[in-house]
Amino acid sequence: MENKDFIKPYYESKIVESPDGEEIKVNPLEDYFCGEAPKSHAPNSNKLWESFLNWARAESLWVLGFGTGCGSMEILPLMTPRFDAYRFGVQMRPTPRQSNVIIISGYLSVKTLKRAIRSYEQMQNPKYVMALGSCTINGGMYYDSYNTINRLDHYMPVDVYITGCMPRPEALLAGFEEMKRLIKAGKGEKANEYAENFEWYKANQKKIIKDWNMPDYNW
Amino acid sequence: MSFDWLIKIGYVLLGLFIVLNYGLLQYGVIRRISARIGKRIGVKVYQPYIDLIKNYSFRSQITHGVMFYLGPVFRLSGGVGVFLFMPLIFGSEHFSNYSFSGDLILILYFLFFGMLGMALGAGEGGHPYSFIGISRGLSQFTTIELPFTLAVISLAIQYHTFSITDIVAAQQGGIMHWTLMTNPLATAAAMLSFLGMMGNSPFNVVIAPQENPIGPPTEYHSTFLAVLQTNRAILGPVEAILMVNLFFGGATNWVSLIIKSFLVFFWPVFVGIVFPRFRVDQSIPWFLKLPFVLGILAIFLI
Repeated sequence: MENKDFIKPYYESKIVESPDGEEIKVNPLEDYFCGEAPKSHAPNSNKLWESFLNWARAESLWVLGFGTGCGSMEILPLMTPRFDAYRFGVQMRPTPRQSNVIIISGYLSVKTLKRAIRSYEQMQNPKYVMALGSCTINGGMYYDSYNTINRLDHYMPVDVYITGCMPRPEALLAGFEEMKRLIKAGKGEKANEYAENFEWYKANQKKIIKDWNMPDYNW
Repeated sequence: MSFDWLIKIGYVLLGLFIVLNYGLLQYGVIRRISARIGKRIGVKVYQPYIDLIKNYSFRSQITHGVMFYLGPVFRLSGGVGVFLFMPLIFGSEHFSNYSFSGDLILILYFLFFGMLGMALGAGEGGHPYSFIGISRGLSQFTTIELPFTLAVISLAIQYHTFSITDIVAAQQGGIMHWTLMTNPLATAAAMLSFLGMMGNSPFNVVIAPQENPIGPPTEYHSTFLAVLQTNRAILGPVEAILMVNLFFGGATNWVSLIIKSFLVFFWPVFVGIVFPRFRVDQSIPWFLKLPFVLGILAIFLI
């Protein structure tokens, strides 16, 4: 049995009867998901205005509370008095809709990659990816694992890499500073890059995720 | 031809602008103070401005339908509605806004209006559990309004009016004329329900980040969220100004208005920092016990 069959009934279109006896056609793939591919959104043509907006984007990094691997342990101290990332405009958000930074904190198993992609795609343009630890660069100590990915930027566009195993919270803060510098310089356009090279990213993702049972784009 | 109405609108917009900036700065100061209590340095004082600009500058939005659009709009019009009918400065020709003889009832209505709009909007969002957050929020807010409404009725009996300007006028002439002194029970009931109204810690389970996955604002993002933030920056200080007007003698100039509303604003903040969060099944009975009884007593003993 293929894994897809497990959730097939959920995706099949069906007819549901309401309490009044009315028959309603439900097609989850059309009703709940958007079939469109992501669009590229060009920056504002007024350079001065765009650099002002980029300043605001850089000074207000809302990080999605999404922990993968061992690196998420290093994110928690960021919010404590010792490191206090709030000083730099870094705040945690619980939902992908409201955040503009996703941190892939360490090794990414194939199972988690699926969730990471879904969360990343639900974030709104412009959005930034920070890759933490050597596992996201070349697989790190899990380079020959059967179940983790080796290079993160094959699956989603990465803005900033932080090297180390594990990087200290100070390294994370330095990474945030680097990300701010990139955004202020107008180089934080990776969300558009993802939209423009959507097929390539999708093909890579599908190559490694065997039980692909979600829509192609999860907006 | 008279242009008085135009000048009036100009002053109302000026007042709205001042209150919006005051609210944004105040939320920045609050976060700074709560950070200091946690031995952190905390966000910049102007961080709420940056967050607001950033949220307005997102390039893409996802909508789930007409009501999803209208939810934040209703919320904002609720906040601006409360502002429009609130006299800011007593005796000022320009900053009395559109205050009229029955404005207190209208303001009570507008306080609830935004919640209802938000409930309809979040109900249409793609989130299957948002209705849990909505039912929590609405049921909690109903019990929050109850002691406050009782206090307002007590004031109406005391001053024989539903006009905020008249209530402020009756309190002029020193601290002994304030409702705080003449009707302490109503003040206590209203200040306790004010704790819930501001949505700070003991009563913020509906919008708390840890509970957010099932809260109404979960699906709201980019510009929608920015509209909600704008509303929060307006509604927070305006509710504090309402308390100042009803119970602390109002204000005759901007300085006294800002000092008084600042202190009133910080009452829920300090309580919120000290006390941990209530669950909804704890907060609703809490409002129905002491604040409710105080409100009833305020009516009978006035």
